[in-house]
Amino acid sequence: MAVNYSAKEEADGHPSGGVGVPGGGAVGSGGGGGAVKTRKPDNTAFKQQRLPAWQPILTAGTVLPAFFIIGLIFIPIGIGIFVTSNNIREYEIDYTGTEPSSPCNKCLNVSWDSTPPCTCTINFTLEHSFESNVFMYYGLSNFYQNHRRYVKSRDDSQLNGDNSSLLNPSKECEPYRTNEDKPIAPCGAIANSMFNDTLELYRIDNDTRTPITLIKKGIAWWTDKNVKFRNPTGDGNNLTALFQGTTKPVNWPKPVYMLDSEPDNNGFINEDFIVWMRTAALPTFRKLYRLIERKNNLQPTLQAGNYSLDIAYNYPVHSFDGRKRMILSTISWMGGKNPFLGIAYITVGSICFFLGVVLLIIHHKYGNRNTSADIPN
Amino acid sequence: MADPIRWARYRWQRLISAEGRESSSSNSSSKCHQSSKTTGKHRIVIPCLGHFKEEYEKVSKLYMNNKIRTTKYTLLNFLPRNLFEQFHRVANLYFLFLVVLNWVPLVEAFQKEITMLPLVGVLTIIAVKDGLEDYSRYKMDKQINNLLTKVYSRCKLAEEVIFHCPHGFSNPFHPVWRVRKEKKYIDECWKNVNVGDFVRLSRNEIIPADMVLLYSSDLDGICYIETAGLDGETNLKQRQVVKGYAEQVSEIDPEEFSSRIECESPNNNLSRFRGFVEHSNKDRVALSKENLLLRGCTVRNTEAVVGIVVYAGHETKAMLNNNGPHYKRSKLERKVNTDILWCVLLLILMCLTGAIGHGIWLTRYSEIPFINIPKPDGKSVPPVLAGFYMFWTMIILLQVLIPVSLYVSIEIVKLGQIYLIQNDIDFYHEKTDSTIQCRALNIAEDLGQIQYIFSDKTGTLTENKMVFRRCSIAGQEYCHEENAKRLESYQDMDSEHEDSVDCQCGSSTHMSKWQRHSCRAVCEPLNRKSLNQLSGSYPAFIRENGAGGGPHSGHMAFSSPIETDVIPDTQLLEKFSQISFHSYQQSEEASSKLTLETMYITDFFLALAICNTVVVSVPHQPRQKMRLSSLGRMPIKSLEDIRQMFQRLSVRRLSSSPLPSVKESSSESPNSFVRKLSIFRMKLASPALDGAAQRAGEPHNTDSPENSQVPQELDMVNGAGCEPNSAVSSIELSPLPKLCYEAESPDEAALVHAARAYKCVLQSRTPDQVTVDFAGLGSLTFQLLHILPFDSLRKRMSVVVRHPISNKVVVYTKGADSVMMDLLRTASEACTNNSEIEEKIKERTQQHLDDYARRGLRTLCIAKKVMSDAEYAEWLNHHFLAETSIDNREKLLLESATRLETELTLLGATGIEDRLQEGVPDTIQALRKAGIKIWMLTGDKRETAVNIAYACKLLEPDDRIFSLKSQSRDVCALVMSKILEDIQKNASAKKKPSQKLGNVFTSPSTQTPGFSAGLVIDGRTLEHVLHDSLQSIFLELTEKCRAVVCCQATPLQKSVLVKLVRSKLKAVTLAVGDGANDVSMIQVADTGVGISGQEGMQAVMASDFAISQFRHLRKLLLVHGHWCYTRLANMVLYYFYKNVTYVNLLFWYQFFCGFSGTSMTDYWILILFNLLFTSVPPIIYGVLDKDVSAEILMQLPQLYMMSQKSVAYVPSTLWITLLDAFYQSLVCFFVPYFTYYDSDIDILSFGNPINTAALFTILFHLLIECKSVTWIHTVVIVGSILFYFIFTLAFGATCKTHNPRSNSYWIMEKHITDPVFYLVFLLTTCVALLPRYFLRVLQGTLFPSPLLRAKHLDRLTLEGQTEAIKRWKDECDVNDRGESQATSVSFSSAAGAVSEEETIDSVLPTSKTPFQACSRDGLVEDTSSLLDIQDDSGSTNDLNSKKTEFLNLSKETNTDTFGGINSCAKVSACASEVGSSAVSPADKAGLNSLLCEEDALVCFTKLEC
Repeated sequence: MAVNYSAKEEADGHPSGGVGVPGGGAVGSGGGGGAVKTRKPDNTAFKQQRLPAWQPILTAGTVLPAFFIIGLIFIPIGIGIFVTSNNIREYEIDYTGTEPSSPCNKCLNVSWDSTPPCTCTINFTLEHSFESNVFMYYGLSNFYQNHRRYVKSRDDSQLNGDNSSLLNPSKECEPYRTNEDKPIAPCGAIANSMFNDTLELYRIDNDTRTPITLIKKGIAWWTDKNVKFRNPTGDGNNLTALFQGTTKPVNWPKPVYMLDSEPDNNGFINEDFIVWMRTAALPTFRKLYRLIERKNNLQPTLQAGNYSLDIAYNYPVHSFDGRKRMILSTISWMGGKNPFLGIAYITVGSICFFLGVVLLIIHHKYGNRNTSADIPN
Repeated sequence: MADPIRWARYRWQRLISAEGRESSSSNSSSKCHQSSKTTGKHRIVIPCLGHFKEEYEKVSKLYMNNKIRTTKYTLLNFLPRNLFEQFHRVANLYFLFLVVLNWVPLVEAFQKEITMLPLVGVLTIIAVKDGLEDYSRYKMDKQINNLLTKVYSRCKLAEEVIFHCPHGFSNPFHPVWRVRKEKKYIDECWKNVNVGDFVRLSRNEIIPADMVLLYSSDLDGICYIETAGLDGETNLKQRQVVKGYAEQVSEIDPEEFSSRIECESPNNNLSRFRGFVEHSNKDRVALSKENLLLRGCTVRNTEAVVGIVVYAGHETKAMLNNNGPHYKRSKLERKVNTDILWCVLLLILMCLTGAIGHGIWLTRYSEIPFINIPKPDGKSVPPVLAGFYMFWTMIILLQVLIPVSLYVSIEIVKLGQIYLIQNDIDFYHEKTDSTIQCRALNIAEDLGQIQYIFSDKTGTLTENKMVFRRCSIAGQEYCHEENAKRLESYQDMDSEHEDSVDCQCGSSTHMSKWQRHSCRAVCEPLNRKSLNQLSGSYPAFIRENGAGGGPHSGHMAFSSPIETDVIPDTQLLEKFSQISFHSYQQSEEASSKLTLETMYITDFFLALAICNTVVVSVPHQPRQKMRLSSLGRMPIKSLEDIRQMFQRLSVRRLSSSPLPSVKESSSESPNSFVRKLSIFRMKLASPALDGAAQRAGEPHNTDSPENSQVPQELDMVNGAGCEPNSAVSSIELSPLPKLCYEAESPDEAALVHAARAYKCVLQSRTPDQVTVDFAGLGSLTFQLLHILPFDSLRKRMSVVVRHPISNKVVVYTKGADSVMMDLLRTASEACTNNSEIEEKIKERTQQHLDDYARRGLRTLCIAKKVMSDAEYAEWLNHHFLAETSIDNREKLLLESATRLETELTLLGATGIEDRLQEGVPDTIQALRKAGIKIWMLTGDKRETAVNIAYACKLLEPDDRIFSLKSQSRDVCALVMSKILEDIQKNASAKKKPSQKLGNVFTSPSTQTPGFSAGLVIDGRTLEHVLHDSLQSIFLELTEKCRAVVCCQATPLQKSVLVKLVRSKLKAVTLAVGDGANDVSMIQVADTGVGISGQEGMQAVMASDFAISQFRHLRKLLLVHGHWCYTRLANMVLYYFYKNVTYVNLLFWYQFFCGFSGTSMTDYWILILFNLLFTSVPPIIYGVLDKDVSAEILMQLPQLYMMSQKSVAYVPSTLWITLLDAFYQSLVCFFVPYFTYYDSDIDILSFGNPINTAALFTILFHLLIECKSVTWIHTVVIVGSILFYFIFTLAFGATCKTHNPRSNSYWIMEKHITDPVFYLVFLLTTCVALLPRYFLRVLQGTLFPSPLLRAKHLDRLTLEGQTEAIKRWKDECDVNDRGESQATSVSFSSAAGAVSEEETIDSVLPTSKTPFQACSRDGLVEDTSSLLDIQDDSGSTNDLNSKKTEFLNLSKETNTDTFGGINSCAKVSACASEVGSSAVSPADKAGLNSLLCEEDALVCFTKLEC
């Protein structure tokens, strides 16, 4: 890019006094102005519009380097990202059960709180072992968690442990604000529709099912768990007492204080709940469900082999043509597997490089005449 | 949408204001009605005096007093009224609508309060702006209201006076008790003047209210006023004391005033006043406008006047005429409004998409999914209704698409642009201490789109200073070389004035430098002295400034030194010396050639001195007009004489010959010069002077109240500026008494001054005699028998006098040569032996006259006629009959005059120059190159108008001039169609060659390239032409002409013309004028420019921009107009782009959220994005962006066409911009979309990179579009980005629960540690900007616009730059010339010189050769090439005069940088003209019509042959 610092001489401000207010008054204003004050404007660079300026002139010759530089930077970045993304292991199972052959087909028309839950088991094989920590996600499709009225149907104050909001939730929660004249905790549609399938993973090794330890803590943002979401405060730590006077969301089988046995993962600060409450941006999304930590350096977290997934199928998605998936994935510094970014970088870098070449040709052919002010006839 | 509503709002405002005015006036009139039922609509004015007091209280007291209030708001009503007014702005209503909409629960998109934010922001900004504007008006009102005047104090209590006037204005030394006791005139603020008050004014005071003149210190009961403040005319107007009061010798005593005045109700008609004075004995004396002193005028040359106030304050005619600012809308703004309509359409489309999409999305589900939340009552909404609701939700969500902040930004940008225009130092005019005033704040960008300029002539193009240049007596020309030199030296000094920055003594404005210094030397000590003595300093200063600070200083009308100071021609002076009493007597009989000539000369100058209506006064004793008796005994011991003596001495010392001294003074720094002067003064004059000052103070003390002394004294000093030159010339000749000539027209004054230079001094004039002091003959007193005043029909005036020497009746006549030549005694009727000589004289004088006319001088013929007593008696009889007849009086008088003015003997002719303002020809040329058509509309006569048009290069010698002058409409139509045909014929002949020259700059003014026609049309023809049936053909004709001169046009015609062009041609028009007669056209034009320098306030008041010099128009249009337009256009486009880009992000998201109206960005950030994060950079861009530097723009006027043709903002630009916006928003949305597809991203975390990427894209887009980036741009852009991050970080850190519905807690914090975030917005920004950037590069490389090429010039070195500019210009010139050459080719093809088929290539070299030669070697080459041409064409010797003229012109133009080129252009232009005129007789006819006096029919027939 051309750099022309046209440093026009910056004239000093004229010593003469302030600029008189221009503008003749009404008729007969001749009498205005007592002191002898010149109306001469100040001769400063700003007022005379002579500020030194960088005046980029976009011509092939001047911007050539920029294109090449962009190309040269983008292509390596793209390759880096692409390689990183390719190194990520990911395995996905759709367990919606719409196909009649699917083991979960029987559960297709479950309701929210059918007891006992419909269970099904899906067997699968991992071709490659997962070396590092594995993240277990559940994925939903065609689920518009970003619907405007759905998104706003929550009460952040209630979730933050505000006692008054607990008993008197925000109007935004309607119609999931109260049930039988009792305030719902947590209120609102988001909470009401919380994902409630239970997934369990077993490794099948010579017909023995070894359960794989799924860690359920540490899946939510730290700030959410510790700052944004809080249980109501009051005497003692007995959640049951603290949630006294409230009722469970309509679709939930049990109240919020019974989500988990561990007190630091129960109530509003239950991490599954927190993760669900962070509404997804797109109708196809995944949410972190569990962590599988690598135990030692000798063994991969998940070896290649056969596994089975036990599902307590509670969550009805068939009514809106939704899909449910279970995803196992390792992650890198840039998150999950996504080839797009890498490819995009490589493409854009190549395009820039190509345009650079085009410009080089153009510059070679036509560029010279611009350096002088010659005018093409 | 916006247009009609804006219009309605405007109408409505007008209505309100009119209502207010009506109510107030009806109020007062109803009061009046109650009190005096008999008078009805009339107004009765009763003085506020003892025996009337009761009645006064009842009637006059109820009228409005003199306090004015032009403010719109008061402190109390500001908020409601301002809000009320703001909600008439459609944009605000739209926002209000959105706010209301958001409160509807079913459609609400945002948190309820948040939609109010932009509205509140916009309202606040505008309210602050309105408030500040109103406050400045308030301050101005206060200043005016508190001006002081003298009011007879009977009714008022002294305490009241002190109480009402602010302390600074009242005189602390004023003895209050005296006021009460003596019932004298006391100082009073303007605002406290009431109807019925007696006001006493001194010289140079401004009249505070409309009053009836009851007393004037003038013996004839006349008061002179200058109405410059009102209608812009500088010449003095006479006002008469009411009949019956004029005879009183002593000043009127208000106590004895026992009459009542009845007059019409206040109205805005300046030229009408009807009423009567009813004396106590029921006698009625009629009042007319001659008796009315108008508010805002200035009393001149009259020591003291007393009047009774009849209208005050808002009821004065001046205020009623002051309609306040009117709302104008620029072309760009209109365009913006239509484009906003497109945006509205787009918005509706998008919302419909949303609505339909939502409906479809809902129907996709067989049963309502649990994500679609039912209404609170548990029921779900059916899809169609949901879609309907969604439509409104979408409107709220996508509201930003309508760039409401655009209106605010546009206003801020305009303010910024206006600020920069006002601060441009190039508009500063040192002499008047005035700079540009931008009175309309919202049409600055129209300056960049002007297609037509309508210009007044006198005072606008010219200085309105008539200078005697040449004369021809008895066929002998005296060209006054020395005088010409003197004038040139004035020009030099003028230009030095521009550079020197010395403080002024605040008095006279038109003094040249050395005069000012000499003046100040006197002025300063005097000021101090008198101020110390008299302590009433402040009011004096105010008044002093009132006279001197404004455009008009206290000097007399038409007496700037340039005009008064004529250096006689040596040759003529020599002949003059032969004149003696004896020789004169002899010459009456003798016929020897020498003495005959002497007689001619004598008569010539006598005619100059006598044949006029000039009023003579001694400058500082204006109380007596010069009468014979006072001549001999002028008081020697006055301050005045000492001053004169001093001045003579000092000036002589400094300027024994004026020219060197000027050079000396210019080479020295002004300060040292002053010091020298003051030392000199100390040595020589100070003892006498101090004493004189004291002495001078004494007599005044006795006869006038204290306060008037200071202005008087200062005025005397000012007077030094009035006549110092006569002092100079008197040193060299002989001491002449100081006389001030007050003339009705500046020409007359110029002639009288010229006569005086030859020591033929007009000494005094009374109604029945004129005294002339003639050098050789002594003082001659002529008995004035008759004056036949000038009228535009006869175009001449005559005086009939009895010659004191010959004792014969002599008629001196002067007038336009067109009429005078026909009145001369022809050989047949003259039986004297001189007839042969006379014929010869006539012939030669005519030659001279033609020559003068070509030089752009105003010509006058001087003739005389000697009558026998018998003849005179006979004529007198007839004349008396004519005078006394009642029917047909005018006609009879005309006949009588015609009878007298026959058989005249031509004495000679004069050439007076109405000097063009500095730089006018250059300016006009530049403006024309910029593709602007310039029309000159003037009230002057045809010859003058055409002359000036030539002088200022509006018409060029090679133009074909068509003269329209017909009596009937049919003839007019015929002539016009004929001309059109003619032009088209020529044009078609030229089209072929011109098409071969594809140039960027084919100016619209040369739609028929190379062929330039001018049209001259006069007022009467204009009337026909403006008739509906002829309008279109007239406009078609004018479009073909590159210049149009309308002479003898009335103000109404001017405005009708402007309106016509504006409405029919849809052109952007600019009207520039300086006087009241231009007001109507200034108001009608898109942009009105007032020239504030010479004339009064009226034009300035009506204008949108007030400049002090015509040449400032060049920079105003070419630089500021261009800048303002491109800046604003680019900013508007950027705004559209910005909003569409940003809003589309939301729109794309709707496809992924079931068209539910979700926003992926936090509402606050969404709203603030436009309001805070991206609002300042475009404003800075709009104020400061500079595509091409001012220097280049000035030098290459062609660049103006870029903005004129709206290249920056053609309709397609908007769509391209929107397309780009769509692309960029797609990129900004989908790069993050694909990156985060099927991940655990939540809504706001998804929105954050999108938003950030959009911010970077939008800001960097601005950087691509910026033509120049200063540190301010950098600071603002970096600041915006930083602010965004700081805000989002702070917002993310603090709001856990406070912002329900969109909880962006910790999102930004999380992202700034995430590498993917950076990768995403880096990629997004690059991809989004890549196409535009690449296209800009391609454009810059392959198809650079002229602006871009001009920008290249900026970075060259100085030499390279000038070189390149020259090359550029050459090319344009060559192209132009090539075309014009081609015309001459086609013309000459008949003669077979060059065949028509020849291509331009063969022609170009021939035109190039002389051109290049002369550009290199200048004048010498000019001559030779000219001679060559002349030889070739072998044309007649009348070319000689042309040649000299061209040489002259080129000499002049050579002084400026590009003069060489200009003159070259002219030479070759001349060449082509020569060729064509030699060959084609038809063309010659056109040329002859150059100054054609023939009727159009003659011209017509000539054209046909």
